[in-house]
Amino acid sequence: MKLIHATNLTKTFGGTTAVDDLSLQVRAGEIYGLVGPDGAGKTTTIRLLCGALRPDRGDIMVGGHSMIRDPDRAREQIGYLSQRFSLYGELTVLENLRFFAEVRGIPRSEWHDRAMEILEFVGLADFANRRAGQLSGGMKQKLGLATALVHRPRVLLLDEPTGGVDPVTRQDFWQLIIKLVAPSPPTPGPSLLSQIGRGGRGGEAGEGGEGGVAVLVSTPYMDEAVRCTYVGFMCEGRLVVEDKPATLRRRLEERIVELRGESLTKLRALAGADENVESVQTFGDRLHLRVREGSSGAVIGNLKKSARQQGLEIHKIETIPPGLEDVFIALLETSNVERET
Amino acid sequence: MLNSRLLSLIRKEFIQIWRDPRTLMLILFIPIMQLFLLGYAATNNIRNLPMAVFDQDRGPAARALLAAYRAADYFDIAFDVDSEAQIRELIEAGDARLGLIIPPNYSAEIGGNGSAKVVFVFDGSDPTATSTALAAAQQIGWQHATEIQQQRLSRAGVPISGEMPLEIRTQVWYNPDLVDAYFMIPAIIGMILFAITSILTATTIVRERERGTMEQLIVTPIRPWELVVGKLLPYVILALTNTVEVLVIGSWWFGVPVRSEMWVIMLLSSLFLVTSLSIGLLASTIANTQQEAMLTVWMLLLPTIFLSGFFFPLEAMPLVLRWVSYVLPLRYYLVIIRSLLLKGTSVSALQNEVIALVIFGIVLMTAAAMRFRKRLD
Amino acid sequence: MDTVIETNALTKYFGDFCAVDGVTFEVRAGEVLGYLGPNGSGKTTTIRMLLGLLLPTQGSAKVLGYDIVRDSEAIRERVGYMSQKFALYDELTLWENLEFYAGVYGVRDRAYLEETLARLDLMELKGELAGDLPVGWRQRLALGTAIVHRPKLLFLDEPTSGVDPTARRDFWDLIYEFVEEGVTAFVTTHYMDEAEYCGRVGIMSSGRLLAMDTPSALKESALPGLAWDVVAPEGGLLPALGILEKTPGVLRAGLAGDHLRAVTEPGIHEADLRRALEALGGNHVQIGRVEPTLEDVFLSLAQG
Repeated sequence: MKLIHATNLTKTFGGTTAVDDLSLQVRAGEIYGLVGPDGAGKTTTIRLLCGALRPDRGDIMVGGHSMIRDPDRAREQIGYLSQRFSLYGELTVLENLRFFAEVRGIPRSEWHDRAMEILEFVGLADFANRRAGQLSGGMKQKLGLATALVHRPRVLLLDEPTGGVDPVTRQDFWQLIIKLVAPSPPTPGPSLLSQIGRGGRGGEAGEGGEGGVAVLVSTPYMDEAVRCTYVGFMCEGRLVVEDKPATLRRRLEERIVELRGESLTKLRALAGADENVESVQTFGDRLHLRVREGSSGAVIGNLKKSARQQGLEIHKIETIPPGLEDVFIALLETSNVERET
Repeated sequence: MLNSRLLSLIRKEFIQIWRDPRTLMLILFIPIMQLFLLGYAATNNIRNLPMAVFDQDRGPAARALLAAYRAADYFDIAFDVDSEAQIRELIEAGDARLGLIIPPNYSAEIGGNGSAKVVFVFDGSDPTATSTALAAAQQIGWQHATEIQQQRLSRAGVPISGEMPLEIRTQVWYNPDLVDAYFMIPAIIGMILFAITSILTATTIVRERERGTMEQLIVTPIRPWELVVGKLLPYVILALTNTVEVLVIGSWWFGVPVRSEMWVIMLLSSLFLVTSLSIGLLASTIANTQQEAMLTVWMLLLPTIFLSGFFFPLEAMPLVLRWVSYVLPLRYYLVIIRSLLLKGTSVSALQNEVIALVIFGIVLMTAAAMRFRKRLD
Repeated sequence: MDTVIETNALTKYFGDFCAVDGVTFEVRAGEVLGYLGPNGSGKTTTIRMLLGLLLPTQGSAKVLGYDIVRDSEAIRERVGYMSQKFALYDELTLWENLEFYAGVYGVRDRAYLEETLARLDLMELKGELAGDLPVGWRQRLALGTAIVHRPKLLFLDEPTSGVDPTARRDFWDLIYEFVEEGVTAFVTTHYMDEAEYCGRVGIMSSGRLLAMDTPSALKESALPGLAWDVVAPEGGLLPALGILEKTPGVLRAGLAGDHLRAVTEPGIHEADLRRALEALGGNHVQIGRVEPTLEDVFLSLAQG
């Protein structure tokens, strides 16, 4: 069941087109990762999806409600965590949740139970009475997520939730996201997850039959994008490519060559001179080369030979599985080339 | 003194001011607005107070009395009523500010050499206006009574000369027409110098800290005094521009006299500026956010304005408040600027105030410099 | 001079809170030193002490031979610093920002500034207001302002935070260019993949410097055991994680991209893990030994 269905979204600010004819779908139980360079239109897209901006053209259906024609119903379906999620530092964790619950019109009798349930889920139950301003960065992040979940949305929109956050915190955060979309909780217990997934009061459970929420997340980290069910690459307002991460990585299979050796600078120059090598990147004590399709054997052979001729030592040279980051950079370069020609 | 580092800072500051035209317009426009507001609105001159009259006599003498009050422009006989209760209603509703009750046999008593009593009632909820009105009502009444007495005497055949036995002649110096604007405009200059410089310097420094540029500046070889002077000088120039602006409009539109040399005014104003800049600088070392800086300065601004003789004469204040006023630099500056503009006083006559400002400047600047170090903790 | 930074039990307390706890290390000329740690682990506080922005509570340090307490002015004149916030003036154009910082350092060499801008690939944008630029450009401009006085030592505090992957790669290429010209770079980051770019890496956690060595040496010495990739069948990621966390001999388990990464004691074999994961339908689980990454090292040290 498509919980997010956006068609032909276009948004211009003054003369610049921030989002250009963008269509995407996210089903229940899916995590959709939106990646792309800064200024590609990721944040604008998310703001359009959550109804903070109105598109010039196109329509957005959220959980079956049109964001254009019935924005109130559509917004009810959405939990949104912005880049700079707003917490009130002077309020306690629980008071923050209460505020967001009240804003969302949750009855007085319900907010406390619900808040505690969510705090349990994100692992902040022990800190319910601590001031939000005194939480660590990771805990603030989780509280941000909790406030976005307090009304049990079926759709979760996250705009770079882990930007500038350390790996320990990112791990925890992503485990929560994966738990959230899981159709059934991995461990028995109070099944908050399924409640969140079925859109609250239980009445709508029969509507789609599939549990789980739909998550759309933008991220600058490729190791996070690779966890998503689908990844969409945005560039200059357009969705350039969209596919499963594994399929995307297959595009560059046998095209990334790793090289270790002495005097990397010279080796780098050497590799850069090969016309089959599209790009060279230094990674500390090694180089990563992206080579033309089907040329990896030739490149490795040539490099070994020319290194020997120049008296440079190569410790190891081999093709390695491509990362999503390699794909991302290759895509960017091709789209830049296309634009220039 | 003007080295490359300092020039860079000053130029940067001016570019920033220039690129934020809204703030610049506010800085240049607010003094003009204040000038017109205070020049016109903050006036003690009472004119045309609405008056209700319950005239139970309606004879010729009563008409003469009313004519005397009508002739003075303090009062506007707006209501002619039929009962005391009506006067009360009008005053309660705020439609009339005072009432006059003339007794039924007024004309008979006046005409028959008797003595008559008229009653004035005042709305005392605004003491300033009422005290002026009270005095005016009494004075007009006495004058009218004197005229009646003279008429009676002459009618009785007593020869009287045209002159009164005692005549009081008054002379008002410096502001002969008692124009309030003459009193207010120099004060506005003082308030603007204080407010603009302290608020702007506090916020501009805190803003650098909020944005992280202060940290970057601290790690450069720039000296603390260069940083302070470079940040402050542009605002000194802005404040002095405001001073000229207010002086020009004040003298051209409101006709405020400027009886001292311009350079003397500017020099002593700059002296005062040092104190308010230091206050802003001190506020910036206390505040963490622009909002805090703004409020800190505001907290100082209100007592400064009320206790420095801006609106109310220092002599009229309770002793304790007068003591407080001695620690407010604006108090001294107001004496200086009013004297310079209205009286053309020589600097030597103002030496006490000038010395006070110099001391304040040195103390505050030292305090600010001590708190303002090139370190984050 | 070979050693450019030398710290000796450098310690900083904020009230009762110990932000940096007895940190001792050396940085040699021409190195790229990565300083790694989670938010709040004391990376920024360390840099700020080295620049004389904060006074150490205990311990001492020398930067370029100057004492950080007594000679902080001498240090500041000679080092470049790029703070986390990219200290730029939004109302100033790119060129004006650069010219301003140059002026503050007393640099009047216009040609050098233009050369710097060209090198940062920002020449075409020099008239743009800094506030209008995307993060990637702001970051490069911030680097530019930190090098206007040709420092020999660069402190970069999370310079690539919030910047997209292409911009990050370009940025590191730039850093390497400067290093080749003889500059020493001290870079804090929490991107593990970036730490791989560094010649040596120091790992901070809760104010303490847990280890400092080359990435490959850290992977050998600082990791207590073996690293494994576990690819779970669809939907089995979290259950598998739950099982691994409870399996004896598994020191740490967590998400790694689309699969799981486990660090185990040295004596553990593939069969042991497979047996543990049998509940998930053992045949669908792929398990393989892998070369540990710095992230494994980091997470093991930081959590241990």
